[in-house]
Amino acid sequence: MELDPLFLSRIQFAFVVCFHAIFPVFTIGLASFIAVLEALSFKTGNPLWQKLSKFWIQVFAVVFGMGVVSGIVMSFQFGTNWSNFSYATANFLGPVLSYEVITAFFLEAAFLGVLLFGRDKVPQGVHLFAAIMVALGTFISSFWILSANSLMQTPGGLELRNGMYHVVSWSEALFTASFTYRFIHMALASFLTAALVVAGVSAWFILQKREFDTNRKALSIALWMLLILAPLQVVVGDFHGLNTLKHQPMKVAAMEGNWQTDTGVPLILFAIPDQQAQTNHFEVKIPKLASYVLTHDWDGEVPGLNEVAPDMQPPVFIVFWSFRIMVAMGLLMVVFAIWGLLLRYKGNYHRSRRFLQGLRLMSLSPFIAVLAGWVVTESGRAPWLIYNQMTHAEGLTPSLTGGMALFTLIGYILVYAMVFSAGVYYLLKVFRGGVEKANRPHEQDEVERAKRPFSAAHASLEGDN
Amino acid sequence: MEQPFDLTLIWAGIIAFGVMMYVLMDGFDLGQGILFPFAPDEHHRDVMMNSVAPVWDGNETWLVLGGAGLLAAFPLVYSVFLPALYIGVFLLLAGLIFRGVAFEFRFKAKTSKYLWNWAFAGGSTVAAFAQGAVVGAYIQGFETENFRYVGGALDWLTPFTVITGLGLVAGYALLGATWLIMKSEGEVQQWAYKLAPRLLLMVLVVFAVISVYTPFVDPYVKTRWFSGFSAIWLLPVLALYCAFVIFNALRKRQEGMPFVATMGLFLFTYLGLLASKWPYMVPPNYTLYDAASAFESQLFLLLGFLFVIPIVLAYTAWTYWVFRGKVKAGGYH
Repeated sequence: MELDPLFLSRIQFAFVVCFHAIFPVFTIGLASFIAVLEALSFKTGNPLWQKLSKFWIQVFAVVFGMGVVSGIVMSFQFGTNWSNFSYATANFLGPVLSYEVITAFFLEAAFLGVLLFGRDKVPQGVHLFAAIMVALGTFISSFWILSANSLMQTPGGLELRNGMYHVVSWSEALFTASFTYRFIHMALASFLTAALVVAGVSAWFILQKREFDTNRKALSIALWMLLILAPLQVVVGDFHGLNTLKHQPMKVAAMEGNWQTDTGVPLILFAIPDQQAQTNHFEVKIPKLASYVLTHDWDGEVPGLNEVAPDMQPPVFIVFWSFRIMVAMGLLMVVFAIWGLLLRYKGNYHRSRRFLQGLRLMSLSPFIAVLAGWVVTESGRAPWLIYNQMTHAEGLTPSLTGGMALFTLIGYILVYAMVFSAGVYYLLKVFRGGVEKANRPHEQDEVERAKRPFSAAHASLEGDN
Repeated sequence: MEQPFDLTLIWAGIIAFGVMMYVLMDGFDLGQGILFPFAPDEHHRDVMMNSVAPVWDGNETWLVLGGAGLLAAFPLVYSVFLPALYIGVFLLLAGLIFRGVAFEFRFKAKTSKYLWNWAFAGGSTVAAFAQGAVVGAYIQGFETENFRYVGGALDWLTPFTVITGLGLVAGYALLGATWLIMKSEGEVQQWAYKLAPRLLLMVLVVFAVISVYTPFVDPYVKTRWFSGFSAIWLLPVLALYCAFVIFNALRKRQEGMPFVATMGLFLFTYLGLLASKWPYMVPPNYTLYDAASAFESQLFLLLGFLFVIPIVLAYTAWTYWVFRGKVKAGGYH
C-alpha cells in the first residue's frame, strides 16, 4: 500500500496537538486557581491558603514543564508538514504566533520563576502579582492561538493575492465570527478542568483522611466553581453550536448525523453513521428535537450532509461520536455539580464516600471532553483547512513523502511516550506526597535557581523520598 | 504597495541579530551537553548542569520566537527550509526535548541518573549537529520551483553539511568549555582549561576545511570572495585574531577572556557567512526581498516589538535581579 503523506500528516498533527493540548487546558485554569489561593492568603493571612497554594504550585510546575517541552514541536510543525498553508497564511499567522511569544511566553517564563522560587525573596504582594501575571500569560496565549484557529474556521479580514493572503483588516482577522464563542467556551473548559482535577485530588486526600481541613477547603472551592461553570458551559456550548450552524453548517450536520436537509428533524441519540451508504444504522431518536434545538422551531429546516458531495463531507462517524462524548461528559459534570450542592445542603459533601470516589473518576472527564471537543471542531472542518478556501491537500508540504511523514510520526510518538510516562510518573509522586510534603522544610538549603519548573517540586524520581 | 521605508532590511537585521543571540546563548549550554560524556565524574557533571540550569529554557524561548519571527517576516525561508530539512528538524526537536527533560529529571534521579546523562549528552549533540547542518544546507542552497521546495528528503545531507554539523558541535563545545572556565573553580575549571585548546584546534581545522571547500561548492561564494580584494576579508582576519586571543588567554589562565573571545570568533565567522551569501536568503534563487512577507504584516509586528520587547526586557532583568547571587554546585533535589 502506498503511504499517504496527507493522511499521515493529519494523524501526526492530531497526535501532537492532542498530546500538547491536555497540558495548557489544565494549566490555564490552575494558574487562576493558584492566583485565587494566593489572593486569599494575602487578604486573610490564614496559613491554610498558603499551604494549599504551595502544593498546587508544585503540580502546576510539572504540568507546565511538560506543556513547554511538547509545545516546541508545534511552532515548527506548520512549516515541516503544512508549508503551503504556512506560506499562504504567513502574513496573518506569523505576526499572531510571534505576538504569542512576546506577550505570553516571556511573561509566563519570567514570572513563573518568581512564583516558584521567589516566595521568600519578594514581598507577599509581589508574589501575588507574579501569580496573577502567570495566570494572565496563560490567557493571553490562548487568545492568540484561538484567534488563529478561529480564522481557519470562519475566515475574515483577509484577501488572497497571488497565492498569499494579505490582511486587509487586523481587527476582523483577529476577531472573526466564531472567535468570541470559541474563546469563552475554551476558557470555561480550562476552569472546569482545574476545578475537577482539584476536586478529584482533594477527594482522594479526604478519603485517606490526610490534611482534612485544608483539602476540604480546596474541595469546597472546586465544587462551587463546578456548580457555576458546568451549567454555564452547557449554555455557552449551545450558543457556540448555533454560531457553527450559521457559519459551518456541514459541521453541525455531521455532529447531528443528519444526512438530508429537512424540516422537523429528529435528535439522534444513538446511531452508527455510514459514510459510504450516506445513512445511519441503528438510530435511536427523539422526533423533531434537533429542529427545535437548532432553529427554535419544531418544524424548522436543518441543513443535511447531502448539500455537498460525499468527498466534501467531514468524517461523520468521528464527528458524530466525539460530539456525543463531549456532551455526555458535560452533562455528567452538571450531575456532579447538583449532587454536590444537595450534599452540601445536608452538610456532608466531604463524607459521602460514593460522591468522593465519583469525583476521583471525574477528574479525567474534562480532558476527555476537551479532546473530544477539539476533534469535533477540527475534524468537522474537513476537508477544509481554511473553511471554504483551502483544503488539507492544498495546504500540505509538496515535497513531503509518505515515508518521511511516517518516520517523524513514529519518532514523535516514541519521544512523547517517554516524556509523558516520566512526567506522569513524577506527577503521581507529587500527588502522593500531597499537601504535607509540599510544606515540609527541605533538608538542605535550596540551591538558588530561577525558572526551573520541576525543581519547584521536591519529590525524587525513584523510591520514596 | 509603495513602501515608505525598507522594512524588509530592518527585519533582516532583527532576524540576523536574533539568530546570533540564539547561537551564542544556547550554544554554551548545548556545549555542556556535548562535553558531558567526557567529564571525569558526576561532580563535574553537576557543576556543568548547574552552570546553565537557570538560563537554558529562556534561551530556547528565543528559538521559538525565531521560528515564529521567520514565519512573520520571511515566510519563504520558513516554508522552504523546514520542508527541505524535514528529517533534520525532527532530530533537532527530538534532541532539544530529550535534553530539556533531562534537565528536569537528572537531579531527581538516583539509579536512573546515567539514563538522563545520556539523554542530555545525546540530545545536545544531535541538536548542535542538526543546527550546523542547517548552516551547511543554507550555503549549499535549495532546489526550488515557484516558491516551493521541490528537492528530496535527504538532499541536505552531504559531506559538506556533515562537516559544518561537526564544526558547530566543536564550536559549541568550545563555547561550553570557556563558559565553564568562567563559571567554575577548582578541578572542574582545570579540566575545562585542558579541554579548551584542543577544542579550539578542532574548530580551526573545520574552519579551514569549510573555507577551502565552500568556494568549490558554490560559485557565487567564489566570486564574492575572489573577484578582487574587498573589505569582507577583514572578517576572517578578525576571526583568526580572536582564535589567537583565546590561545593566549588560556595560556595565561584568564577566566573571562576565553569566553568573550570565543563569542568574537563566532560573531566574525557568522558575519563572514552572511557576507558570502548576501542578499540571498533562500539560495540560489531568492533574495531577502523575494522571501519577505507583506509590508503591513512586517509593520504590524514591528510596532508590537517596539512596545513589548522593552517591557519584556525590563521584567526579565527584574527577575534576574531577584535571583542575583552565585550559583552553587550540588543538585537541587
